[in-house]
Amino acid sequence: MRKKRQKASFEYCCENRLKVRMDGSVMSLSGELTVEEAAEFTRKILKFFREMEQKKLVFDLSGLTHIDSAGVMALYYLRKKLGEKQIITDLEGASSSVTDKIRLFYPEEEVEIHPPRRPALFEDLGAQTHHFFSSYVLGFMLLASNVFYWGITDIFNRRARRKGEFINQSVLIGANAVFIVFFLTFVIGYVLALHSAGQLRAFGANIFVVDVVVFSIMSQMGPLITAILVAGRSGSAIAAEIATMKVTAELDALKTMGLNPNRFVIVPKLYACMFTMPFLIVFANVAGILGGGLAAHVYLDITPEIFINRMADIMQNKDLLTALVKSQVYAALIVLTGSFYGLRVEKGAEGVGKVTTVAVVVSITLVILADSILGVIFY
Amino acid sequence: MNKEKIIEVKNLYAAYDEVVVLSDVSFSANKGEVTVILGGSGSGKTTVLNHLLGLLPIERGSLFVLGKDISRMREDEQVALYLQMGVFYQNGGLLNSLTVAENVGLPLAQHTNLTPELIDEIVFMKLGLVNLQHAFYLYPSQLSGGMLKRAALARAIVMDPPVLFFDEPGAGLDPVSLEALDRLILNLKNKLGVSIFMVTHEVSSILRVADRIVFLDNGVVAFEGPIREALHSTQPAVNEFFSVMKNENVRELLG
Repeated sequence: MRKKRQKASFEYCCENRLKVRMDGSVMSLSGELTVEEAAEFTRKILKFFREMEQKKLVFDLSGLTHIDSAGVMALYYLRKKLGEKQIITDLEGASSSVTDKIRLFYPEEEVEIHPPRRPALFEDLGAQTHHFFSSYVLGFMLLASNVFYWGITDIFNRRARRKGEFINQSVLIGANAVFIVFFLTFVIGYVLALHSAGQLRAFGANIFVVDVVVFSIMSQMGPLITAILVAGRSGSAIAAEIATMKVTAELDALKTMGLNPNRFVIVPKLYACMFTMPFLIVFANVAGILGGGLAAHVYLDITPEIFINRMADIMQNKDLLTALVKSQVYAALIVLTGSFYGLRVEKGAEGVGKVTTVAVVVSITLVILADSILGVIFY
Repeated sequence: MNKEKIIEVKNLYAAYDEVVVLSDVSFSANKGEVTVILGGSGSGKTTVLNHLLGLLPIERGSLFVLGKDISRMREDEQVALYLQMGVFYQNGGLLNSLTVAENVGLPLAQHTNLTPELIDEIVFMKLGLVNLQHAFYLYPSQLSGGMLKRAALARAIVMDPPVLFFDEPGAGLDPVSLEALDRLILNLKNKLGVSIFMVTHEVSSILRVADRIVFLDNGVVAFEGPIREALHSTQPAVNEFFSVMKNENVRELLG
């Protein structure tokens, strides 16, 4: 690249606060060099020297009345950049106040701090997999075993149970969810029957809408929708509550008082969720069948008597047993997942939000997975 | 000699619901000095600080920071004033999702048009001032309590503010770290001429750094004046507070 061979001359003024004048190898600065001027100053000087061929530059600071840390660092940065282009630089003529600031802020030696090393792809993959099993899977199993141990032993140990906590949690997890569970499953039952009606009418098989509604609601929709709602409502609340307790050192306080946080905090929630979940599922089943019955009556002229008679014919005890087993599995999964992620909170308040979101997503995923497995088992 | 006032509080009243915390508080802080606000728990020290920082609405009274009336300030004026104030929070107040360097450089990145490279240089230098350069790429969750406080101090001074507010800077620090922090505070005052307004309970810290004391009691200022006068004050609440300090070291200090 051809460079200009001429006597370097340059002049600019930054909002009347900083004046820069270059004559030969001396760059005179006058006025103020602060955070306001630092950006433009460095940009202009570097741009100027991109096209210049010069071996030496002296910054004459005798005209500088004020400099702040950003100004000092701008000089340091410029000298570093010009040094990379083999230009020797020097600072001269600074007043005592400017010299004091330069002495205070100017880095004495180049210290390099490197960013953390990023592992290679497969190294990272292996480490993540190991972390997943050792930290998540093992951690979840340890928590589950601890909570179940105390959950079972405390059934026979009345003194260990906190008075009123079971009722309190049952209201929060179960009773407060009754309306939303009832309403949603009623709508789902109605829509399910409505969509089936058109198909069944075409084949003259109107009565089979009862089979569709009862089977779907009892074996799948009722338990699943209830579990998803409870995971969303109570799973998130459990995760947030436990995470907040950890962040505010309440769990540490429990430990140092000789109380097991799992036993004190999680077990009552497990009891409450396992106790209320079957009732919620029964409510959901009733609401779903009611919704389906209403749609069957409106669109297929199936009277309530016919609907109930058909339902009595097709319903089996196994359906109730399935719902009961599912309710216990879902309840345990929701409470344990919420608690597990709540206990894993990091980074203060921000972490609470994160673990709450993850707890809900994971508990819903686990509930659906468990539903598939139980569906196969009870088929 | 009349010193330039950096903070002036006049007849400040504050109440939470029915509970009156500050009934009539007036005091001032001088330029280039360390002013420490003292008082028992619940005396309203943090309420005063939050009012000065514009974090609480002013019900009655007026507050001037750097000569500007913050009770009648538009949002843009308040932002301009914030740029001239550095605030150090008790627990650091660092954003956990950002690295230490990003935390410290945040005001520069948001309020100036400096290049990222130059911002990094400034941040590195400021971290050097608090001896925390090695934490440049670390996250706040990876720091100890003392390191968090030093990182918070680096962020508070990154814009070279003329006035710094400290909320319990020494809380939770061991004596050695506390002394190091006090040394930093004195350096800021002596070398940069920064005015400092501090809420603290740390007796040793007060002795080391304070120039002026404002003592709150029962919602009013019970004492306002230089630290030496505060130590000799006959005002019961002030006397009681400083009685714990009246040991050999203090006598030595008092000559």
